[in-house]
Amino acid sequence: MKYLSIILVVSLSCLTFNLEAQKMPEALEIIEKVDANMVSKTSIVESKMVIQGRRKSRTVVSKGYAEGDKKSFTEYLAPARERGTKMLKLDNKLWIYSPSTDRTIQLSGHMLRQSVMGSDLSYEDMMEDRELTDVYDAKVTGQDTLDGRKTWVLELNAKVDDVSYAKRKMWVDQERFVPLKEDLFAKSGELLKRIILSDFTKTEGRWYPGKINFKDMLKSGKGTDFIVVKIEFDPEILPYIFSKAFLRK
Amino acid sequence: MIQFLLKGILRDKSRSILPIIVVSIGVALTVVLSAYMKGAFGDMIDQNARFKTGHVKIMTKAYAENKAQLPNDLALLEVDKLMESLDKYFPEMEWVNRIRFGGLIDVPDAQGESKGQGPAAGIAINLFDPESGEVQRMNIESSMVKGTMPQQSGEAIIGNDFAEKLNLKIGDEITYFGTTMNGSMTFQNFIVSGTIRFGAAAMDRGAIVVDISDAQKMLDMENGTGELLGFSKLNIYEDEKVKLLADKFNEKYADDPDEFAPIMLPLREQNNLGEMIDYSNYMSVIFIFIFVFAMSIVLWNTGLLGGLRRYQEFGIRLALGEAKGMIYRRLIMEAVLIGMIGSMVGTLIGLAGSYYLQIVGIDISGYMENSTMLMPSVLRAKVTPELFFIGFIPGLLAMVFGNMLSGIGIYKRETASLFKELEV
Repeated sequence: MKYLSIILVVSLSCLTFNLEAQKMPEALEIIEKVDANMVSKTSIVESKMVIQGRRKSRTVVSKGYAEGDKKSFTEYLAPARERGTKMLKLDNKLWIYSPSTDRTIQLSGHMLRQSVMGSDLSYEDMMEDRELTDVYDAKVTGQDTLDGRKTWVLELNAKVDDVSYAKRKMWVDQERFVPLKEDLFAKSGELLKRIILSDFTKTEGRWYPGKINFKDMLKSGKGTDFIVVKIEFDPEILPYIFSKAFLRK
Repeated sequence: MIQFLLKGILRDKSRSILPIIVVSIGVALTVVLSAYMKGAFGDMIDQNARFKTGHVKIMTKAYAENKAQLPNDLALLEVDKLMESLDKYFPEMEWVNRIRFGGLIDVPDAQGESKGQGPAAGIAINLFDPESGEVQRMNIESSMVKGTMPQQSGEAIIGNDFAEKLNLKIGDEITYFGTTMNGSMTFQNFIVSGTIRFGAAAMDRGAIVVDISDAQKMLDMENGTGELLGFSKLNIYEDEKVKLLADKFNEKYADDPDEFAPIMLPLREQNNLGEMIDYSNYMSVIFIFIFVFAMSIVLWNTGLLGGLRRYQEFGIRLALGEAKGMIYRRLIMEAVLIGMIGSMVGTLIGLAGSYYLQIVGIDISGYMENSTMLMPSVLRAKVTPELFFIGFIPGLLAMVFGNMLSGIGIYKRETASLFKELEV
């Protein structure tokens, strides 16, 4: 009788485990759905970046154009100190144009790891917009509930070397297939950044966050809020926008 | 008696040559090493004070916590009021503003595109007001390799190696790119008025020196400064006095919960210089201890050998009725004379060596290429009055101790067996 009970318990456990395993979708499938939501062929985003410094907060307004993961162009519109500053990313190169000095400077090396305008984002973070499936191997590690929404918990490990974060942990909404939270880790396993996405709206058939909070875990403070004011998916963008000559226009 | 002993020492050279050589070498080494350590540590501390720490430094509490990162967003504001109060309450000190900043120096080509760039290690000081004494304090004029001092706003001095690497000429334009204290991007064009080589690798790498007013404007730090440095008007760092001064200043803000309240750090509490100061003070004592200990053992051994050689002589003197105490005392007096001669010779050699090292120094720049520590590239000795006795007294003592130990054997001689020992 005793052995029968043990066999029964073990069998039930295996059955439960198998059922759970069957319920878990493939990580790749989830990631592809996330990419389908978050990545578009082209996009134009008007946004506000609320930078909460230790002394005071600042809001930087910008308009960004992007084509795939290779080209992007951002023009800063406010405050006055920033107005007219432009950034161009082509492949893995980044140029910044300053109207006050009429100079275009290419950023490279350690400067790419610096904070953008005192925010919790680095230039590298801004440049990194490759599709997750291109950069990471993913596996589903469990389920969780965030703000009342059921999520898949994914662990992503980098499969390429030129990546800012060697490991990511992502909480993906089970219904909308958008990430609700991400923890970004260094190779050493240290938590470097936390991203919390909220205020989702459905635009042109896609769920997209209206607010993204970036928090550099190595700095004190409340982090930086990236607020999407307006977004257009797959608009036509004239090619000259992604040229160095346009920086001076 | 002294004349008699001197004659004995000079005529019986085997009694004096070896101990004199040993004492001379030891004394000379002590003098040279003491002078070198004093000079080297003194230079390091002085250079750190002038370039980085001041005799005291005032920052905000938040800045002080992360000062290695030069967090100008946590800088001191309303500096004029603070300066007024400092001048009033601490008139024995001179106060100067400095801003250190990082970023990028970009050199444009004819089309305005980046021709070359490198990381900037910027320092902003008062270049235009001679009363601030900053130009002299940082040896800027004597460190200039090419060009002239900035004459007006918008001019900068840059590191000579960087200028050569990018083939920059005097009058060329460079662009500084960095972050303001509010986190905004900042771009500023400067005309290169001159190039500089401080001689300290940590300072020369990416150096850009600009006037403080330019930096304040460029970094949105009007009436602000990253660091406020205080220097004694006598230009002498007095550890105790400075500590009291810092305690007095900090007492005022001890209960202030504001993370941007000022805090004063004395030199010894910055860049691990406290350990260096203590080390520098103890160094001579350590040398003397090692010297006296090691030399006493060597000279004890020499005395024992001498004692063996003079075994028969002491035996005869005892047999003739000379008291053991008398022989022992004369042996010690001989040691005093030999010690004095050796110490004088050693001190002279040591002083000559120290003077040579004071003038020529030892070039360590080859070992400092990747160093972030602020150190002079040539370490020099410093000849001070204490060198005249720092080796002399231990030399004398070592010789006397050595002979006192070896001379104890005299008391073990038995008068009854003297004739047997002497085979008379």
